[in-house]
Amino acid sequence: MTDLTKLKIAEARDLLKKGDISARELTEAYISAVEAADALNAYVAKTPEMALEMADKADAMIKAGGQKGMTGIPVGIKDLFATKGVHTQACSHILDGFKPEYESTVSQKLWDDGAVMLGKLNMDEFAMGSSNETSYYGPVKNPWRAKGSNNDFVPGGSSGGSVASVAGYCAMGATASDTGGSIRQPAAFTGTFGIKPTYGRCSRYGMVAFASSLDQAGTITRDVRDGAIMLESISGFDAKDSTSVDLPVPNFEAALTGDIRGMKIGIPQEYHLAGMPAEIEALWHQGIEWMKAAGAEVVDINLPHTKYALPTYYIVAPAEASSNLARYDGVRYGLRETVEGGGLVDMYEATRAAGFGDEVKRRIMIGTYVLSAGYYDAYYLKAQKVRKLISDDFKRAFEKVDAILTPTAPSAAFAFGEKSDDPIAMYLNDVFTVPASLAGIPGSSVPAGLDANGLPLGLQILGKAWDEETVLKVSGVIEEAAGFTAKPEEWWR
Amino acid sequence: MGKYIVQGATGDFEIVLGLEVHAQVISNAKLFSGAATEFGAEPNAQVSLVDAAMPGMLPTINAECIRQAVRTGLALGAQINKFSVFDRKNYFYADLPQGYQISQFKHPIVGEGTVTLDLADGSTKEVGIERIHLEQDAGKSMHDQHPQYTYVDLNRSGVALMEIVSKPDMRSPEEAGAYLTKLRTILRYIGSCDGNMEQGSMRADVNVSVRRPGEPFGTRCEIKNVNSIRFVRQAIEYEAQRQVDIIEAGGKVDQETRLFDPNKGETRSMRSKEEAHDYRYFPDPDLLPVEFDDAFIEAARASLPELPDHKKARFVEELGLPDYNASVLVAEKESCDYFEDLIAALAKKVGKDVKDVAAKASNWVTGDLFGALNKAGKSVTESPVSAAQGADLLALIEDGTISGRIAKDVFEIMFETGKDADVIVEEKGLKQVSDTGEIEKIIDEVIAANPGQLEQYRAGKDKLIGFFVGQVMKATGGKANPGLVNQLLKPKLDG
Repeated sequence: MTDLTKLKIAEARDLLKKGDISARELTEAYISAVEAADALNAYVAKTPEMALEMADKADAMIKAGGQKGMTGIPVGIKDLFATKGVHTQACSHILDGFKPEYESTVSQKLWDDGAVMLGKLNMDEFAMGSSNETSYYGPVKNPWRAKGSNNDFVPGGSSGGSVASVAGYCAMGATASDTGGSIRQPAAFTGTFGIKPTYGRCSRYGMVAFASSLDQAGTITRDVRDGAIMLESISGFDAKDSTSVDLPVPNFEAALTGDIRGMKIGIPQEYHLAGMPAEIEALWHQGIEWMKAAGAEVVDINLPHTKYALPTYYIVAPAEASSNLARYDGVRYGLRETVEGGGLVDMYEATRAAGFGDEVKRRIMIGTYVLSAGYYDAYYLKAQKVRKLISDDFKRAFEKVDAILTPTAPSAAFAFGEKSDDPIAMYLNDVFTVPASLAGIPGSSVPAGLDANGLPLGLQILGKAWDEETVLKVSGVIEEAAGFTAKPEEWWR
Repeated sequence: MGKYIVQGATGDFEIVLGLEVHAQVISNAKLFSGAATEFGAEPNAQVSLVDAAMPGMLPTINAECIRQAVRTGLALGAQINKFSVFDRKNYFYADLPQGYQISQFKHPIVGEGTVTLDLADGSTKEVGIERIHLEQDAGKSMHDQHPQYTYVDLNRSGVALMEIVSKPDMRSPEEAGAYLTKLRTILRYIGSCDGNMEQGSMRADVNVSVRRPGEPFGTRCEIKNVNSIRFVRQAIEYEAQRQVDIIEAGGKVDQETRLFDPNKGETRSMRSKEEAHDYRYFPDPDLLPVEFDDAFIEAARASLPELPDHKKARFVEELGLPDYNASVLVAEKESCDYFEDLIAALAKKVGKDVKDVAAKASNWVTGDLFGALNKAGKSVTESPVSAAQGADLLALIEDGTISGRIAKDVFEIMFETGKDADVIVEEKGLKQVSDTGEIEKIIDEVIAANPGQLEQYRAGKDKLIGFFVGQVMKATGGKANPGLVNQLLKPKLDG
C-alpha cells in the first residue's frame, strides 16, 4: 500500500470517492504521522480521538453521496482559530488553559464539509513573528535542511506549524492566517503553497485578533489545486463579521485552466531591492520567463509607495494589536497572576508581564505609543493615509495588469537565532508581503525553486481584490513550469 | 426667570453648566451583540460571548440602536449625520471586558440640536445640543459581595447608550433640572429611552464652572454619574459654592473629575487632569462606518409621535386649554394619550366638538384624576378609571344627569371599584333632580323653615342666597340641579 500521507487533497478526494480508501484509514495514517513528527514541534495540541470520530462521519457522508472537496481530509488548525472545547491559545502563555465554547467560522466551514481535525498548530505568539520563534510552545522546526547539514532552520512565521505540518506530511492542509505575510512567507520557506484571499473573503469570527484590519484567514497546502479546494471550503460571507463581504464564492478549482495567454503580468520595479541575494533575483527572472513562455505579456509597473509599506505596517498593526490584546487581563479567562496584598492594577501588571512574550510586549508598547495623545496624528493617522496611497498604487497598477509577480521573501529560511535579536532584520523579511496585506488584496506563494543550499524559494502572485481566481490560475502556471518536485528528507521520523 | 447668582464675599458669581446625559437606548438587544437588555436579571445572565470579550469575538451593529439614535436626533431638531464612525476608547477596568469601550469620537451619529426648557415661571429657554453619539455601557463592579474580592456583573456590558452632550448654555440648578426633565420627556415620548434614573437607564455627567458676570468661562469640573434630578441640582449648588470659595480665597479651580456623594451632599475629587486617561481613540477596525440614506432618516421621522412642545401649543391654541393644564398633560405622553382618548370619547358622546369639551375635561384630568392617582401612588396607565369611563362620567355632567358635586362622589366610587359611572348613578339613585315642580316645593319648604335668614336677606344681605342654595342641595341629597335651584330660588327670595 502506498503511503497515504504522501497523497494530495485532490488525489485523496478521488480515491475516497471511488471507495479505494476510507477517511478512517487516511486519518489513522495521519495520526501516526503526527505522532512520529514531534521533533518538528508543529502541533501544540493533538486531537486523535476527535479526528477518528470526524473521519467516521466523513465516511458516512461519502457513503450517503454527500462528499465535498474537503470531506475526510485530515487537516491541522492554526492555534489562532477557536475550536470548541479544544486548546485555543494563539500560542500565548496568557491564554493558558483556554478552551472556547465556540467554533471559528473558518474551522466550522471545514467541519461542515466533512474535514477531519488532527489538532492545533504551533505559531508565533498572537501571530507576531516571522520565524515561529515567539511561540510560548517553542519554535517549530522547518522540515527542510540545507544540503549535507543537520542544522535546523526556521519554518517562517507566523504560520510555522501550518507549513511544517503540511511540508512534513502530518496534515494534508492547514488553516493559516496572514496579517503581513504570515501565510506567504512561511509557505515560501517550506516549499508549500500558501494563499491569503482578499480581506473580507473569510470570516474573522473566532480568530484570535492580532490586527483586525489586516488579519485574513487562508490555507497552506502541498499544491495549488489543493489550495483552491481548501480555500473554497473556508470562504464566504458571515453576518457575525461586519468586515466579511457578501459575495458569492467562485469555484476556485475551476479557475485552474493553465491558460494565461494574453494575460498581463506586472513586475513592480520597486521590488528590486538593493542587496537582495542574486538567487532571489534570478528566481524572479525565471518566473518572468515562465510567464512569457505561457503566453502572458510581462509589463513593468510602479508601486511608488512600496518603501513606506513596512513602516506603515509596523504602526497600523501594533496600534490595533495594543487594543485587541487589552482583553487579556486575567479577569475572565486564561492566566491570572496575583500579587499578595495587591489590587486590580497589580493583577493586570503581573498577569500581562508573565503572560506575554517579548515580541508581543514590544508591539503593545509601539501600538500604545503611536495612538497616544500628541503622537496619534504623526504616526497612526499618517500611517492610515500612507496605507491609502499604497492601496491606490495597487488599484492603478491593476488598471493595467491582471496579476503581479514578485519574490515572496528576500531570502530562504534562516537559522534559529539569526534574526531573533534584531527585530528590524526580522521585520524586513516581510518586505514583499506587507504591501498586499495593507491593500487587502489576495496573494499567494508558490514553490518555485531551491537556493544554493537546497532550501525552497517561493514566488508571490498578487491579484485584484476578489480575484483569487486569477491568483490561483497564475500560481498553477508557475507551479507547472517550475516542476517543483524536491522534497525534504524525513529526518524527523 | 430671575438670575441665579452665587453671592461671594467679593461679589457675585454666575454659574455655567453643561450636561452629558447617558441614556440607555430602548432595544431588545445590546449595541453589538444579541444579548438581552432587561433590567434586574441575575448577575451575568445576559452576557454573550461578545459582551464578555472572548478571544476572536466580533461586534456587529444592532440596526435598531442606530434607528433610535436617529429618531432621538430628529426629536431634538438635530443634524443627522449620514456617515458616522465607531471608535475604541481604550482603558483598563475589571468591568470593561474588551479593555476598550466602543464609542463615537470624531464622527458622531447626531450633530447640533436644541432643547426648549419650560421654566417654573412659565418662561422658556433654549439649550443647545452639541452632539449625540452611541456607545456601549460597561459592566458593574460589585465591591460588597466578598471581603477580599470584587465581583463583576456583565449584564450591562455592551448595552447601547446615547450620550447626549449639551452646550454650556445653562446658568442655574433649576435650568439643569428643567433640561433633564424636558430631555427625559422627549425621550419617553419617542420611546428611545425609558428615562428611568433609579435603574440607571439615564445618568448625567454635570460640567460646572463659575465666573464673575461678563468674564470668560472659568475652569470646569465634571461631576460624574449623577443619577437623579434632585442630586444634579444639589451637586451643582455645592460645587458652585466650592469653586467660588476657592476663587475668593485666591486659589485656582483645578480641572478634574469629581463624584457627588448624596449622603453628605458634597462633591469630592475622583481624578485630576494629570491623572486623566489617555483614551487612545482610534476607529474600531472590527466595524465599518455607519452609513444610511435619506429614506432611512425619513422612515425614522415618520415613526415619531407628536412631540411635547407641539402638543402643548396645540392644546392651548386649538383646544383652549389653560397653559398650566397643558403643561401638566404634556409632561408625560401617557397623560396626553389618556386626555386625548377621553376628550374624543366625550365629544362623540355629547355630540360636540372636542374643542368645546377639552378645557373642562382638562380640569378634571389634571385635578380630580391626577389627584386621586397621586394619592394612590399610581401612574395614569394604572388608572382604575379608563379614559372611556372618565368620558362617560363627564358626559353625565354635561347632559345634566348629575351635578359636578355628585360627580366627585361618583368618581370616588369609580376609582375604588372600577365600576361605570351610569351604573353607580343608577345604583345609588344619584340622578340629578331637574323637575321644576319638585325643586320649587323644596325651595318653599326651605324658605318656610328659615324665616330669620329670609328677613336678613330681604334686608340686603345678598350673600345669604348661598345659604339657601346649600339648604336646598342638602335637602335633595345634592341631587338638585344647581343651575335650576339658583334660577328658581332668587325670585322666591326676592318675594
